[in-house]
Amino acid sequence: MKKDAIGDSLSRVDGRLKVTGGAKYSGEYKVPNLTYGVLVSATIASGTVTALDTRAAERAPGVLAVITPFNAPKVPGYQAGAERPVRGLKLFNDNKIYFNSQPIALVVADTFERATYAACLVKATYNTEPFETDFHKNIDKGVTPQKGNYKDYVRGEANAYKNAPVVVEEEYLLPTEVHNPMELHVTTAFWDGDDKVTLYTKSQGVKGSQRSIAAAFGLNPDNVQINSRFVGGAFGSSLRTWPHEIAAAQAAKLVKRPVKLTLTREQMFTQVGYRPLTIQKIGLGATADGKLIGITHESHSQTAVYEEFTEGAVNVSQFLYNSPNVNTLYKVVPLNVGVPAPMRGPGEATGSFALESALDELSYKLNLDPIELRLRNYTDTDPERNKPWSSKYLKECYQKGAEAIGWADRKAQPGANKEGEWLVGYGIGCGAFGAYRGNAVAKIKLTADGSVNIQSATSDIGPGTGTSMVLIAADTLGIPADKITFELGNSAFPNAPTQGGSATVSSVGSAVHDVCVALKQKLYIMAGKPADSMEPIDYVAVLKQNNMPSVELTQESKGNPEAQKYSMYSFSAHFAKVHVHPLTGQVKIKKIVACVDAGKIVNHKTASSQMIGGAVGGVGMAMTEEAVFDNRYGRYINGNFADYHVPVNADIQQIEAIFIDKPDPVLNPVGTKGIGEISLIGVAPALANAIYNATGKRVRELPITPDKLI
Amino acid sequence: MNQFQYTRPAETAVAIKSLAKEPNGYFLAGGTNLVDMMKMGLVVPDKLIDINRLPLKKIERTPTGIHIGALASNSEVAEHAYIKAQYPLLALAINAGASPQLRNMATVGGNLMQRTRCPYFFDTAMPCNKRTPGSGCGALQGINRMHALFGASDKCIAVNPSDMNVAMAALDATIHVTGVKGPRAINIGDFHRLPGDHPELDNTLQKGELITSVDLPAASSAYNKHVYYLKIRDRTSYAFALVSVAAALHIENNTITGARLAMGGVAHKPWRLTAAEIFLKGKAITEDNFKQAAQIAMQGAKAYEYNKFKLKLAPNAIVQSLKLATGLAS
Repeated sequence: MKKDAIGDSLSRVDGRLKVTGGAKYSGEYKVPNLTYGVLVSATIASGTVTALDTRAAERAPGVLAVITPFNAPKVPGYQAGAERPVRGLKLFNDNKIYFNSQPIALVVADTFERATYAACLVKATYNTEPFETDFHKNIDKGVTPQKGNYKDYVRGEANAYKNAPVVVEEEYLLPTEVHNPMELHVTTAFWDGDDKVTLYTKSQGVKGSQRSIAAAFGLNPDNVQINSRFVGGAFGSSLRTWPHEIAAAQAAKLVKRPVKLTLTREQMFTQVGYRPLTIQKIGLGATADGKLIGITHESHSQTAVYEEFTEGAVNVSQFLYNSPNVNTLYKVVPLNVGVPAPMRGPGEATGSFALESALDELSYKLNLDPIELRLRNYTDTDPERNKPWSSKYLKECYQKGAEAIGWADRKAQPGANKEGEWLVGYGIGCGAFGAYRGNAVAKIKLTADGSVNIQSATSDIGPGTGTSMVLIAADTLGIPADKITFELGNSAFPNAPTQGGSATVSSVGSAVHDVCVALKQKLYIMAGKPADSMEPIDYVAVLKQNNMPSVELTQESKGNPEAQKYSMYSFSAHFAKVHVHPLTGQVKIKKIVACVDAGKIVNHKTASSQMIGGAVGGVGMAMTEEAVFDNRYGRYINGNFADYHVPVNADIQQIEAIFIDKPDPVLNPVGTKGIGEISLIGVAPALANAIYNATGKRVRELPITPDKLI
Repeated sequence: MNQFQYTRPAETAVAIKSLAKEPNGYFLAGGTNLVDMMKMGLVVPDKLIDINRLPLKKIERTPTGIHIGALASNSEVAEHAYIKAQYPLLALAINAGASPQLRNMATVGGNLMQRTRCPYFFDTAMPCNKRTPGSGCGALQGINRMHALFGASDKCIAVNPSDMNVAMAALDATIHVTGVKGPRAINIGDFHRLPGDHPELDNTLQKGELITSVDLPAASSAYNKHVYYLKIRDRTSYAFALVSVAAALHIENNTITGARLAMGGVAHKPWRLTAAEIFLKGKAITEDNFKQAAQIAMQGAKAYEYNKFKLKLAPNAIVQSLKLATGLAS
């Protein structure tokens, strides 16, 4: 295979910087005259803070300011009638408390330690009001979301499953899951005069952050500089600008010095979103030979009283299988909790757990292999939108994944397969996630020394965006990857969408592809050749001939209008092999195989890593992660890294990623569909289904901890 | 975290005197627990007496067994050749706890002093009789999934979180302490307390007393062949036990001639299963005998709303640990 071409396995272009500590994250910039902000959190879940005694904190050494609802400078975007209103919690704008651990003060001091100390001296007096954090108790208060398309959906007849010969009707619970990236959320803000501000902040979208900060302070976006070159994981938690980021800028303006505000790990549980607690009812009805007659999917998710959060938790049931009758319902239950946020595979990861678990239950009722059941309900067109798929190779995913996991060794009878004392089980869980493409702009510069630099205001929260972009450019220009640098994470760069929805390679990769094509054409014309010539030319020689030290180009890349005619999704089939101990409930995940149809794979090495990372996230969802409230206080009892269990290395054995790797002909010129979300969607049901196959125990409430298996 | 005084004496006598004068002082060793608690505002000391310079690090064989200095790190103990050979249960239990980084810092004395991980203890916005006597027990009617089955009171149902302590209990450790009134020795069984009416007291140390060493008797080294430490937890590493069992058997001619059994995650102290030990003595190595031993061990267990599963998990873990110790399972 051609080196430095799309489909290669290039090591991360910034890998060396990352492993040597040379990569600077948002909290690591040494800004002169820096001060430190520490948030003080409320200890009640609803009411008002009636007084804050800040005298001791203000007298404490090194303290520059204590910002509270009673003295905070007004943030223009928080005010009623604001030209560009800021959505969500308006921190320090009034004294209302909507959820426990909501910040009530921000202490700024000359060192982090002094700010932390002074923060513990702030004493609050509250007027406590009744609050609700108990989802189960309040589920009847669920409402259909006002914004977005969340109306009840009916195709054919509603609840048709009930009259089918074979019926599954069950309820599935996904507890609250917190993103918990390794890197804490941190913002360093400083002003140049009254109308220019710079932020080093953890962000998945520097352009989005630029717009939000500009809106908050009533600034021209050009006067807001956002830097977020390296992000230590995010998973959706930095898709939006959070109140603490605005507070850092607010504080910097007040003390007239740069302010760095770092959330504590405990604050990460309440300030930057989470995957919401969701209860889903699934009804499946099938003929005796396993043809689906009806699917009903009803979902209730937690949201905040002060801001509505929605995600497509029921979407997957509308299009993944060929059923003549489908109806879905999606409601949100407002509680005194922080607002949720999209978390890797938002909506679909939640929905597919329910749907794919129910389908597994159906397969046992039908005495049918779970893969065969999926094949019998396979659909070659999108039944929801009545459109052809732009590409779909899910059958190939079933087949290749089954081979890799050793599906032939699966025994249909739960509990029948043993290795020593350990029960052995195999499971499958599938998923899909929309393949998107946004408008993006890239700027390219070829210099006479042969080096190429490309800039675009995208982000890299971990997948290796820069590496993929370098590979696309190397392939398109036909030059070695080590001649190319790609820069991102800077709002001064050309426009790119926020990194989310698995769309970065599709969007920004297209811009990089297109700008490289444009540059190539320009150089061919400069060389006196037809723009579309295939004849190799020496780019550097062309520059020299024209006495040019460099050549620059900027190109915007927009979606393909043809795409409207198609339904575009990435598809995945995840397989798991588990060992379960019948006495102790211990589970060993022996192997996970993730087989995906995500179009063309640009860089196999980073794509495999991304798939493995997503699978580990799925292991967390299935096996260990659950943020638990004590509803008497409306506080988490495990809001820390010791008691909220993200998987550790010892939980993970073999994870294998398999790519179908066939280009999608519609979405973008490179043929990609995106893997960020699909890497996680379907992992949890694959594990739950494997555990059922091993034990005969159907766990419908995640996580599957040992107590649920004994 | 508050502001506090800090001293770092080089002599044990000075350290003891220094603490005796300070009503709100604490010894600081590895700091893996105390510093966390200070950050959370659970402990607000006026003075820290850093004991890391005291000559209490040695691990050495003695005529009566082995002497482990209170400042020996958990890693050093778990890696010590003689301990691994003669007291493998201790090494297994230590390595089941925390993470390598924490075990490198944590000391043996500190591990004995480790406080509960009850979430209500760890959050100053919630009631806890252990942290703030008289404020109530948040766990009793709360989320008590991790909580005790044995020896709890209506004042406190928290558990001792240590793995090391469970092995120390099974191995009949003696805790050597010294204070202004001089040295004394405390059997591990008398060191940790049950909560009763005073859950704020984890142990029977007197004010100002310092742990200087933990000694294991030579008799316990007979339990070095058929050994297992089984820890059931929510993730495979770096998680506290739902239930753990330290099992060590002495076997001659396929007969159990002596048993040492203790459980973790079930009581305010490491829970020695003496009645089950007595039952097993003289019995054959059969799963049925192990089940009977587990049944005996569970007598008097009392569960709460969220930890009822432990009534099943704990005896299962006892059976499984015995099977693993004796080779009935692998």
